[in-house]
Amino acid sequence: MSSGMEPYLALILLGFLPSEVWRWLGLVIGRGLDEESEIILWVRGVATALVAAVVARIVLIPPGALASVPLSVRVAAIGCGFLGFLLFRRSALAGVLVGEAVLIAGATAFAG
Amino acid sequence: MIADSEHGSQHMPEQEVQATSPQPSGLPPRFSAFIFIDGFKAALRSVFFYVLVGNYVGMGALAHGFGFSFGWMALSTLLVWAAPAQVILISTLGTATLVEVAVAVTLSSVRFLPMVAALLPMLRRAGTRQRELLLPMHFTAISVWVEGIRLLPSRPREQRIAFYNGLGAGLMSAALIGGAFGFYLATKLPPLLAASLLFFTPLALLMSASRNSRTLLDRLAFGLGLVLGPVIAAQKVGLDLMWTGLIAGSIAYAVHWVREARR
Repeated sequence: MSSGMEPYLALILLGFLPSEVWRWLGLVIGRGLDEESEIILWVRGVATALVAAVVARIVLIPPGALASVPLSVRVAAIGCGFLGFLLFRRSALAGVLVGEAVLIAGATAFAG
Repeated sequence: MIADSEHGSQHMPEQEVQATSPQPSGLPPRFSAFIFIDGFKAALRSVFFYVLVGNYVGMGALAHGFGFSFGWMALSTLLVWAAPAQVILISTLGTATLVEVAVAVTLSSVRFLPMVAALLPMLRRAGTRQRELLLPMHFTAISVWVEGIRLLPSRPREQRIAFYNGLGAGLMSAALIGGAFGFYLATKLPPLLAASLLFFTPLALLMSASRNSRTLLDRLAFGLGLVLGPVIAAQKVGLDLMWTGLIAGSIAYAVHWVREARR
């Protein structure tokens, strides 16, 4: 991002307002909204899929130093992390540790 | 702040009400500050405090990796206060169109509407003004919300707003500490460790989504999003995050609906 005020303006207009508006709306129209209503379920599905797409995006188009790790290692690491999560009694910590270990081991093997 | 003159002032002249209880919640300010600190302490005891430090170490590194300043990253935590929205903002602001960024951020944060709606009955009491609720609503993110729902019922109703604000401020400071640490580490670490720090965010998002997804709808939405995301991005149609969310989310919802209808 360029320096100066632009990133801050973007933060307010594209980050703060689009996110905060739902908290305000909840305050105004939230009364009597059923958390299991059909529209809320659909919205939850859309938001979940969107977060998944962001995960895929960071793995496939990575920032900074992560870009120097080969694509195959990145994909293998995220897959192994998920397997680790499943194998170790659905532990998020185990999943993160396995994923990181595979990333570091894979990147080292490819570099050397 | 101005005293609540519509409620609770029947027995006292208005001037005196303002002098003795400047807090809109009707509590003396010092008492209210103690409750706030109680909430802050509850945040320090919460497991989410440590989870947030870890998550935001990754976020700090991510912000550094995409070329944002430290001040910008910290301000994004204070103002946006939603990890998925912040990751979207950080990772797309440089490359996607402005509309795409805003649409993706807003879609990722719709969940706040039902969360806020579920929380309000716990915080409100007769005479609570909407503007007193703006700060608690801003603090509402999944971590604060879960702890709030758990801890608020044991608190007297007139203490709840101050307690929840303390809880929110405590958990937000965990995110600020983690973010600062991650940003600093990213500048100092050798490339391989910096890469592993950057990898923390996608791993953590994947893990928290997997752990929270108990229904077929959640699992299908996440799995489809993971697969369709790159496919749709490759079509170069623009707004690919939004289309992935809408298409994959709608398919997952449709499958869920058909299954429910068959029962």
